[in-house]
Amino acid sequence: MTGEVPLWEVFIRPRNGLSHKHVGSLHATDEVMALQAARDVYTRRGEGNSIWVVPSAAITASDPDQAGENFEPGEKIYRHPTFYDIPEQVGHM
Amino acid sequence: MYSQGLIGADGRTEETPEFLAAFQARVDAEQKIEPNDDMPEGYRRTLVRQIGQHAHSEIVGMLPEGNWITRAPSLRRKAALLAKVQDEGGHGLYLYSAAETLGVTRKQMTEELLDGRAKYSSIFNYPTLSWADIGTIGWLVDGAAIMNQIPLCRCSYGPYARAMIRVCKEESFHQRQGYEIVMTLARGTPEQKAMAQDSLNRWWWPSIMMFGPHDADSQHSDQSMAWKIKRFTNDELRQKFIDATVPQAEFLGLTIPDPELKWNEEKGGYDHGPIDWDEFWRVVKGFGPCARDRVAARKKAWDDGEWVREAALAHAEKRRARKLAVAAE
Repeated sequence: MTGEVPLWEVFIRPRNGLSHKHVGSLHATDEVMALQAARDVYTRRGEGNSIWVVPSAAITASDPDQAGENFEPGEKIYRHPTFYDIPEQVGHM
Repeated sequence: MYSQGLIGADGRTEETPEFLAAFQARVDAEQKIEPNDDMPEGYRRTLVRQIGQHAHSEIVGMLPEGNWITRAPSLRRKAALLAKVQDEGGHGLYLYSAAETLGVTRKQMTEELLDGRAKYSSIFNYPTLSWADIGTIGWLVDGAAIMNQIPLCRCSYGPYARAMIRVCKEESFHQRQGYEIVMTLARGTPEQKAMAQDSLNRWWWPSIMMFGPHDADSQHSDQSMAWKIKRFTNDELRQKFIDATVPQAEFLGLTIPDPELKWNEEKGGYDHGPIDWDEFWRVVKGFGPCARDRVAARKKAWDDGEWVREAALAHAEKRRARKLAVAAE
């Protein structure tokens, strides 16, 4: 065999109203086979009603070393509702 | 996931004492290690070996049971056994995916299994001689596997832990279906009960060997414990398994084939007789009764499937080219 069979990431929506969630990956030569394999491998017990398959190579991932630059609540406490003083008489807000 | 970016990447890390200490601190703080994180090369290698071996065990484990699908005694048993063997295939695939996140390819792992560099659980080198063996495998072999796998759900390596959570959820059906088969035989005719006992006699010792060598002789244990790949030692898990299984055998009216097995009030567990480690190492090294058959069956599947893989890739390539041509018009 010459080429490697490409890798796909599998996302499943457990039911309507929820978002698709990553469940794992698999190898398949094309999107049709990837969907069939995803059904066999990841939904043997009714895990969901919708499957997405995405070529792994199509995913661009962030560098974990750069995670420090993501929003850090500790430094931007004014983004939290409790930062603002509202008198109790005003009631729930 | 993520493996595409890692395949062919150099897994080496700068292993200064500071780096190793920082890594150990993350592990000690119960932070999961994810595929793109820096990790010591030894950690990566250990996981590749362990997850690969685990995946191969699931796949090879399909063979002794698949052997009985056409001869299952009823439609109910056949449907359950088919589903179980399909699950084992699925478990192998979850695990291969987890190993691939560490920069090893599926093809490499398959080749290592076929040329004997990679190991799989030695239990699958024993033959399934009677239908009772299908029950005993579910009860004891899957039972021992669950004992091993539950702590792996908390393994420090994220993808392995996540795969194990799925596997464990599915595995408990396997053990229950096995126990039900053994129970049916144990409550059947004297001949059926004798079949169940014979099967227990053959599978008991190989099952308790599944936990690996005694702690004092286990070469990988200490580092794996420190890295929280393992949470319990081989002997601790073996003890838990024996303590859980003995009452299950008593309930069936079957006898565990170990004359030295007895309850030890002081430690709150059973003491067992000496394990034949010479047999264990013989089987691990490929001298088990079925070792050659198992690898030959995998090799045949791989070789016979070659034209299918090639045709599927060629078909995908043709479709892709056709799509490009249409787009260009």
